[in-house]
Amino acid sequence: MSRIALGLGLIVIVTAPLWVWNPYHLHTLIMAGIFAVLALSLNLLLGYTGQLSLGHAAFFGIGAYATALLTVKLEWSPWIGLLASAVLPAAAGFVIGRLALKLRGAYFVLLTISFAGCVSLVSVNWMDLTNGPLGIPGVPSVEIALPGLAAVSLRTKAAYYYLVLGSVALSYLVCLALIRSRVGRALVALRENETLAAAVGIDATHYLVLAALISAGMAGFAGGLYAHYTRFVSPEVFLFTYTVTMVIMVVAGGKGTLAGPVVGAVLFTVLPEALRAATSWQWQMLLYGVLLIGVLFFMPEGIVPAMRRRWRAS
Amino acid sequence: MTLEARELTVRFGGVAALTGVSFVVAPGTVTSLIGPNGAGKTTAFNVITGFQRPTQGTVSHDGQPITGWRPHRIAARGLVRTFQKTSVFPGLTVRENVLTGLHLRGRVGVVAALLTRGRVREEERRLGAEADRVIDFVGLGARRHDAAPALSYGDQRLLELAVALAAKPRLLLLDEPASGMTASEKRAVAALISKIREEGITVFLVEHDMRLVMGISDRVLVLNYGRLIADGDPAAVQRDPEVIRAYLGSGAHADA
Repeated sequence: MSRIALGLGLIVIVTAPLWVWNPYHLHTLIMAGIFAVLALSLNLLLGYTGQLSLGHAAFFGIGAYATALLTVKLEWSPWIGLLASAVLPAAAGFVIGRLALKLRGAYFVLLTISFAGCVSLVSVNWMDLTNGPLGIPGVPSVEIALPGLAAVSLRTKAAYYYLVLGSVALSYLVCLALIRSRVGRALVALRENETLAAAVGIDATHYLVLAALISAGMAGFAGGLYAHYTRFVSPEVFLFTYTVTMVIMVVAGGKGTLAGPVVGAVLFTVLPEALRAATSWQWQMLLYGVLLIGVLFFMPEGIVPAMRRRWRAS
Repeated sequence: MTLEARELTVRFGGVAALTGVSFVVAPGTVTSLIGPNGAGKTTAFNVITGFQRPTQGTVSHDGQPITGWRPHRIAARGLVRTFQKTSVFPGLTVRENVLTGLHLRGRVGVVAALLTRGRVREEERRLGAEADRVIDFVGLGARRHDAAPALSYGDQRLLELAVALAAKPRLLLLDEPASGMTASEKRAVAALISKIREEGITVFLVEHDMRLVMGISDRVLVLNYGRLIADGDPAAVQRDPEVIRAYLGSGAHADA
């Protein structure tokens, strides 16, 4: 039964551009995909190692700027740009992880917030590099050039949808592979009982740095996807709202599960748009808040774990 | 694989938790560290396992100084401890707890985890079999798939032991493994400790229960106010007048 449902779900997801005619709806789905990568990335830290990063927009933003600068100023291929949008933030994540050595809980949160604040200030003030508040327009779209064939541009929303979908699948598989191995158990051990973890030989620093590095790389890659999609990057990519949205998606979807962040990302990208269509703007944010509180009140461990329990109980 | 502590001193501000403590834990033995509350037993454990830096003194294992090493590195060397207060991974099942304890017996790193399905699967199968063996060894076979917090207090202590055993200790440091247990549970723990020794693992034990200590120890060390006041076989230590005075109070019998 659940296998049939899963199959049907996959068909619906893969064929979406064929029957979602409204470009605005397709745009919403693309954004949901980009946020799914972000939520999966935050979940690796928050859901598995138990450390809350409130600076995730910084990795997202660094990724967006990395590919924008490389492709616009140096005219490199967007594919190399996308690669850099994962590698540079991953390096930043490595540094944050090393700095966090013994910082946990509130102190880790403060470290990541400060980091995001610094990076955001750089993006506004380093005019020569970033163009400041004006941002960088004209980020090229991604092209697939196969030998012997004409280059296919991923400029259309339908084509870009598949690039994003593939990225979500890749991120999901990366998380899945980690979680199902000894590495994933080490991450969970940090969350569950770091002292005991050390006593049985788990190097906390090593695994926290690792999680921060991979998480930051994924968030940065989402930033790269965003940059080539909107084709314009400005300091807005560092907005704290992005981080808060990621946290909402992970927590409401179900932290420490793989499906949770994806479900949360889709729901909390589509929901505001649906509310916008249904009511006036005054009511939109109010209803969003009420629904969010409702989810957290009735399903405090998140939507996916709550659904699973109901499924098993029935 | 001899553990040797030399002139260990630990001071917290003006309070001396340990003062010039030296001892040896010989391979293949069960050695117990006893003493009244606050005597410095847990501090000694913390120093040996890297959770506390000594103010002075050194710890070495097989002649290799390990003073100041971080806990995970000391564990990797084969010195694995349990904790005085029950310490498991609360969000996981019994089997997941033990699998986590098996960390040092696995090899797969990030790259292998991401790129080699076969190696991961092979390792998971091997670790799974080892986890089951350890679970059966401590007698928790029937509770394998239960969440750790669902276990009784006594079973949680056994789970702790299983997690520590999973880390492949050469020297196992047990901090009051039988505290708060019923008489029959204590007997089971004593039997288990003997079984662990038979597996070739040296046991270093902190325990309050005298009957348990005297029954299974080859050697007993006594701490009082951070100083080592006796060191010998159980019978000798039981007769030692200073131990009787310091540890049990004057006029009391050693087997009280």
